[in-house]
Amino acid sequence: MSHRRSRCLAARVVLGALVSLVLVAATSEAKGPSPSLRVFAAASLADAFREIAREFERAHPGISVQLNLAGSNQLAAQLEQGAMGDVFASADQRWMDHVGSLSLIAGQPALFARNRLIVCVPRTNPARIERLQDLARPGVKVVIGAQAVPVGAYSREALEKLGRTQGFPRDFARRVLANVVSEEENVKSVVGKVQLGEADAGLVYRSDVTRALARFVRVFEIPDSANVIASYPIAVVKDAPEPAAAQAFVALVLSPEGQGIVRRHGLIPAAEGP
Amino acid sequence: MTAQVRKDGPGWIPVAAIAAMGLLVLLLALPFVALLARTSPGQLLARLAEPSVAQALRLSLVTSLAATAIVVMLGIPTAYVLATREFRGKRLLEVLIDLPMVLPPTVAGFALLMAFGRMGLAGQWLRVLGVTLPFTTLGVILAQVFMAAPFFIAPARTGFAGADPRLLEAAATLGASEAHRFRRVMLPLALPSLIAGTSMCAARALGEFGATITFAGNLPGVTQTMPLAVYVTLQSDLDTAVVLSVLLLVMSFGLLLGLRVAPGGWWGVRPRAAHPGSAPTR
Repeated sequence: MSHRRSRCLAARVVLGALVSLVLVAATSEAKGPSPSLRVFAAASLADAFREIAREFERAHPGISVQLNLAGSNQLAAQLEQGAMGDVFASADQRWMDHVGSLSLIAGQPALFARNRLIVCVPRTNPARIERLQDLARPGVKVVIGAQAVPVGAYSREALEKLGRTQGFPRDFARRVLANVVSEEENVKSVVGKVQLGEADAGLVYRSDVTRALARFVRVFEIPDSANVIASYPIAVVKDAPEPAAAQAFVALVLSPEGQGIVRRHGLIPAAEGP
Repeated sequence: MTAQVRKDGPGWIPVAAIAAMGLLVLLLALPFVALLARTSPGQLLARLAEPSVAQALRLSLVTSLAATAIVVMLGIPTAYVLATREFRGKRLLEVLIDLPMVLPPTVAGFALLMAFGRMGLAGQWLRVLGVTLPFTTLGVILAQVFMAAPFFIAPARTGFAGADPRLLEAAATLGASEAHRFRRVMLPLALPSLIAGTSMCAARALGEFGATITFAGNLPGVTQTMPLAVYVTLQSDLDTAVVLSVLLLVMSFGLLLGLRVAPGGWWGVRPRAAHPGSAPTR
């Protein structure tokens, strides 16, 4: 009996500790630096936007930036379901148009960056991929984004275009898609599967191959003729809780300074050709 | 924790408790009602035949059944030993077994990759043997076993621990070996708990999402179980997502309801209060 009672006491102590932990966390959340700007950004923008957010916070003391990073389709769905956001930066025009058609954004979206698709393989290159054609070899484990995610749609388009390119079999896309072992829900998951060496190859944006990642992967360029250039539009969300700060954030992204950050992270600034 | 039920007259529930329960019921039931309200039985049946739905349903059934079978086979001996023996490191083992219950499934999936992935600790050796887990249906089953095992072992263990020691002693005095006692006394006594654990485990396996998508990936027909299909179709095809969600809801509800009905109703076993000093059921 006493053994059980002491265990019961221990359980209570643990429970009490947990409850107080939650309370502390909740209160610290509540009194966190206000106001905060909520930026919904495509997963592929993660690194660039983290730096822009830091820059913004430096220029606007007292405002903290909260980045909500996910697949553009998920962000659009969140906005559609009434999530509170100030800025929306999408990895393709489709999802920006989608939220635009629901009158969820204020004003016209502005194009602020472009991106290219590349194929990356683990540095160890377990499938011995030496050129793009090797992706169609049976047994190669290819990971791409799901159809609903911008990178997934772009990837399928690029594979189709490669199939019409000289030096590639006509059924290239079909054969590569037959090799797909997983359709990931955002581009960073594709990168992760390649970085971990679980996938033999993945189709991702060039900007995803960050300096930190470059040590783990090898990159194969997709020729311009077949490449699909992703365009990134940004807009202030309608009924944004912080409209003025949201405008300032968009302005920073479009400024030479913001465009410089965009370029440093492997994206193509809007003003430049692909 | 010992059951000391105070009897303030049968059937009398304090007003505050009614209010609290009402609020909780509303909170728990409303989302399900909302989900059910979005679809009709006709639409549900019509969509069942859709290849994407049928494929996910089949895969979910196969994997969760397989995972449950594996958990039960490995879990019964484990739960029996935990219930009847004391040994060094037992507490640690218990915590290890319980861990997946509270671990974020994504962390579990990542850890599984580190262990059984192609470059993982054990994965490298499995690869030599020609066994691949990531991106395969086998990987889905492994993720489900990992996440669902504690949901079987906890009730199973309580069931074994709650077996009346006098019955076991009696059996021992009559010369029954431990194996014999286990089969003829322990197992029947613990059966309601084992059934309950099996349904809990199956329900958890059926609902597994995070570890699966992280470890096994997402490919229709191979690793895309119903929860993954819901997540993916949520953005592109809302109607299919609703149908899949309702299916999952109905199946999970059925499993948990079966769990409540089974021990008392089908096996006619009385609540454990009759056993002096036995551990609480849950």
